[in-house]
Amino acid sequence: MSSLRTGPDNKGLFGRFGGQFVAETLMPLINDLAAEYEKAKVDPAFLEELAYFHRDYIGRASPLYYAERLSEHFGGAKIYLKREDLNHTGAHKINNCIGQILLAKRMGKQRIIAETGAGMHGVATATVAARFGMQCVVYMGTTDIDRQQANVFRMKLLGAEVIPVTAGTGTLKDAMNEALRDWVTNVHNTFYLIGTAAGPHPYPAMVRDFQAVIGNEVREQILEKEGRLPDSLVACIGGGSNAIGLFHPFLDDQGVQIVGVEAAGHGVDTGKHAASMAGGAPGVLHGNRTFLLQDADGQITDAHSISAGLDYPGVGPEHAWLHQIKRVEYVPISDDEALEAFHQCCRLEGIIPALESAHALAEAFKRAAKLPKEHLMVVNLSGRGDKDMQTVMHHMSEQEKHA
Amino acid sequence: MSRLQSRFAELKEQNRAALVTFVTGGDPDYASSLAILKGLPAAGADVIELGMPFTDPMADGPAIQLANIRALGNGQNLLKTLQMVREFRQDDRQTPLVLMGYYNPIFAYGVERFVADAQAAGVDGLIIVDLPPEHNDELCEPAQAAGIDFIRLTTPTTDDARLPVVLNGSSGFVYYVSVAGVTGAGAASMEQVEEAVARLRRHTDLPLCIGFGIRTPAHAAEVARRAEGVVVGSALVDQIATAATPQQAIDGVLGLCRQLAEGVRAARR
Repeated sequence: MSSLRTGPDNKGLFGRFGGQFVAETLMPLINDLAAEYEKAKVDPAFLEELAYFHRDYIGRASPLYYAERLSEHFGGAKIYLKREDLNHTGAHKINNCIGQILLAKRMGKQRIIAETGAGMHGVATATVAARFGMQCVVYMGTTDIDRQQANVFRMKLLGAEVIPVTAGTGTLKDAMNEALRDWVTNVHNTFYLIGTAAGPHPYPAMVRDFQAVIGNEVREQILEKEGRLPDSLVACIGGGSNAIGLFHPFLDDQGVQIVGVEAAGHGVDTGKHAASMAGGAPGVLHGNRTFLLQDADGQITDAHSISAGLDYPGVGPEHAWLHQIKRVEYVPISDDEALEAFHQCCRLEGIIPALESAHALAEAFKRAAKLPKEHLMVVNLSGRGDKDMQTVMHHMSEQEKHA
Repeated sequence: MSRLQSRFAELKEQNRAALVTFVTGGDPDYASSLAILKGLPAAGADVIELGMPFTDPMADGPAIQLANIRALGNGQNLLKTLQMVREFRQDDRQTPLVLMGYYNPIFAYGVERFVADAQAAGVDGLIIVDLPPEHNDELCEPAQAAGIDFIRLTTPTTDDARLPVVLNGSSGFVYYVSVAGVTGAGAASMEQVEEAVARLRRHTDLPLCIGFGIRTPAHAAEVARRAEGVVVGSALVDQIATAATPQQAIDGVLGLCRQLAEGVRAARR
């Protein structure tokens, strides 16, 4: 059987998804970046430096934790949590940021720009920019700024300039448009540190490779703990970088069932959701062909999710392809289901998960109850929930009002 | 000979550059936008670029972003933009018309259907911002097979190594984006323009049209002395943004177009 892990092809395509759909101004830079990345990823000095920062700065490897009480509560599968929430800056985002900033340094760039939704990628970018002494500008939608005040303050503390984006609905998609406009304007000195496994080639492959440390560690850790590979993997999908990082090392292991969880918001049939595969169609945006939320005229529609990090109308192109070839099963989880799982994780394990990760937990819990005790399930706990206190408080007080 | 070829040949005879105007289809509304379109040739536009609105115009500055929002807000879509071209062509068979925009609305419409409908409507060329030559098979090749020119954007970052890649398969004219940036931002100096024209000349015989940041008749005249065409977009679109009524929008755009045309026509090459 041929491997599913060799993509993308030399045009940056995974099947018919991916590619390099960007303005000409950016093409030479993107080609330079692809060439530089090809060199870096086989350069022992680069890999050694990356490993050093993983270990001593991020605090890797992150634990693979057996969630005993959750497993008992649901009475089925043995649930393991991959603790990306314990990383420096509180989420998986930093894995990719360290990799890209080392590349930026290699390319002699001095100015870093990024887009952010929930603010976790913005914080991680501001963090590495501070560490490497580079100027950092983060674009963030005004809606997200309102719901993620603490992260905005964090970025400022770290020396980043946070630029509010009012266009559209003021969320992640609009922040990405604005970051692209900055990049087109300042292409000579600026490195665009994209936070998810999407955008023009080489970003989807590069971000995936930097996040694959998650799946590679899980593989070693589960073999050590259980002596065999897991039966299933579950991760949430916005752009999908934490998920592809967990999934990719297992794509060729046919015995491992893989489940990606999209944000269904108020429900896929309500139009207020962020599930681009369950409720979207193929299209071209932000440099790649992928599944997008759009109307019949090809105009991009607004995503909705209680979690700012999943509030994006697209998905990484490798996920689009894995969906099409049915290697990965993609399912929607609503705001309410995610919140319920959020509370269960807090109360039973003493772990406050990010609302993004709570989507993965909700799907895992649904499945776990119906599975035998010997089923090994790994859920990516992609981030911690400290940033979501305001959102959860607001939601709980709204519920009390309606009770 | 295509309408674009004839027009540039004519202008060469007259020893002057083309005024290339950009407005967004459906901005501020269908009827006013059609009135602007129909009025442009008489106001001195030699080549017309008509924007196909998109929700996420990543390479456009604030002026054209707002134009997209106004047009979409009033129900503009690709079907209506093509209808607008058909209505324009009823009275004008000479002025080349180029559609400009982003790929997704065309992809959603269906490439084959789009190419057929665009050709039938009388579209002469396409400028698609997010389709670099790496994706020629998507739209460039089918469009050219149907006799529609595919016009490439070249930029200050398109170096000598890449220029042949970009120019290979381009037709109609070459649009030189004179500054790295979004539409409506800063302008290049005349030295930079001259240098770019000289560089592009070594790679192509196609007419060179220069755009980005050109706002006044004097500025247009300066550029017109150095290239085969001058593209003005955001400054025209601003006339619509600041108009109190649709009639003012029409008068504003056509008024500025006349002034720009005077500038361009006075600048003998």
